[in-house]
Amino acid sequence: MITFLKQYFTDIYEAIVSLLKGMKLTGYYFTHHKEIITQEYPENRATLNLPERFRGEVVMPHDENNEHACTGCSACELACPNGTIKILNKFEVNAEGKKKKAIDTFVYHLELCTMCNLCIVACPTDAIKMAQTFEHSVFDRSLLTKKLNQPNSKLREGIE
Amino acid sequence: MFEQVSANNNGELVINVGPQHPATHGVLHLLITLHGETVTKLEPNLGYIHRSIEKMCESLSYRQFIYTTSRMDYLSSHINNHACALGVEKAMQIEIPERAEYIRVLMSELTRLASHQLWWGAMAMDLGALSPFFYAFREREVINDIMEETCGARLTMNYFVPGGVMYDIHPNFVKRVKDFIVLFKSKIAEYDELVTGNVIFQNRMKNIGIISKEDAISYGCTGPTARGSGVSCDVRKNYPYSIYKNVQFDEVLEYGCDAFSRYQVRIKEMYQSVRIIEQLIDQIPEGEFQAKTKAVIKLPKGEFYTRVETARGELGVYIVSEGGTTPYRIKFRSPGFSNLSALEHMVKGHKIGDLVAIMGVLDLVIPDIDR
Repeated sequence: MITFLKQYFTDIYEAIVSLLKGMKLTGYYFTHHKEIITQEYPENRATLNLPERFRGEVVMPHDENNEHACTGCSACELACPNGTIKILNKFEVNAEGKKKKAIDTFVYHLELCTMCNLCIVACPTDAIKMAQTFEHSVFDRSLLTKKLNQPNSKLREGIE
Repeated sequence: MFEQVSANNNGELVINVGPQHPATHGVLHLLITLHGETVTKLEPNLGYIHRSIEKMCESLSYRQFIYTTSRMDYLSSHINNHACALGVEKAMQIEIPERAEYIRVLMSELTRLASHQLWWGAMAMDLGALSPFFYAFREREVINDIMEETCGARLTMNYFVPGGVMYDIHPNFVKRVKDFIVLFKSKIAEYDELVTGNVIFQNRMKNIGIISKEDAISYGCTGPTARGSGVSCDVRKNYPYSIYKNVQFDEVLEYGCDAFSRYQVRIKEMYQSVRIIEQLIDQIPEGEFQAKTKAVIKLPKGEFYTRVETARGELGVYIVSEGGTTPYRIKFRSPGFSNLSALEHMVKGHKIGDLVAIMGVLDLVIPDIDR
């Protein structure tokens, strides 16, 4: 009976000691505010620093002359596993009277995109890239279907 | 399938745990028959997050199907991608550059660390301790930042491609990983202090969820679940892939067969992962990070099986090819499914309060079970 009681109280003592050990650690972090690394997200939006490779959405960069590098080869369309990209081509007649293929509309369905990066890797002319934007919520689903090439944009000279 | 909460003639009570329950970590539905407080029967009911990934893979090319596997066991997405990339490379019979192998193993081990950290935090939270969850996420965030910088994503990376890796590592990668190792070594002592050494926690975990070595083998358990029962089943050690044969590390085995042994296996595995990273981080060779492959991958006719060790156990990828650009059939042998099948054996005869502890230590990821 006495050994049982002794064991009983030893167990309680040990449990309390180990509990206090853990409490010491939580107490340490409670009193050391510098170790807290929580970021307050909507407030720190201006200082958010996302890495260069972050995959937010597919964009097509245009230069100051409103020119892009997309030849309309459809490599990205074939590489995409979800049918996110749809390229509609048109034929332009150039100065020498030759017909040349060019993109009419580069349709990008953001709602289907899984950010797998396969289209970027597949592109032979680096015409598309991933942007660092990530706040994609909209009230209407149709707003997520985007046209990536800007109106009246042209293919940059020298890209085949 | 949906039985009401009801008492039958033997005085047994049937209750539903899930599909929406915080302790199941996802949409897992358990039908539990109780006699008083004791569990007499447990029946998992699956299918709530079935996305038919295997069927989807049949219409995707060998480059495209890899990204779907990140969505299976999302906590070890790199390792899942590794399994698929290995399978395709085995069928194509190509050698991949050594630099890519080093990057792959480093990434896999970082993923394993991140996965075990999340498991540790979530399991302690299930048992009622909330602070470990935040401490675990604090370190996991550092790994996620490293991943984000090199791979561009935090969870579903799709970084491994047939022939190597998608990008070269970021210039900051080596330095940041070294900083993380220093940080993590000081923090893992806190894990032990806070949870492992706690007598209340030990009393809750010891002698519950017992599964013997023979039962663990016959249920097909793998990973820390089986190694907690003394089954040597580490694929990295027994059937080394990639450069694991050149790396010094121990296969962690515990012989207690209970939930606490499985807990200890995972904690000790973190130390082993750190050991692997430390060996490799200074020796990443220069060179190509991706082997030259054709734009359209065609596999020869045949059947190919590869397996890797994920954070939860053995993942097998079985590819049947008919010589085309898409697989004829793909089967994933996921570790979570087999481990879940042993749950009834572990829980039977224990109190319902222990169910949460046993399930927490199994580290179930439901999308991995349901695919």
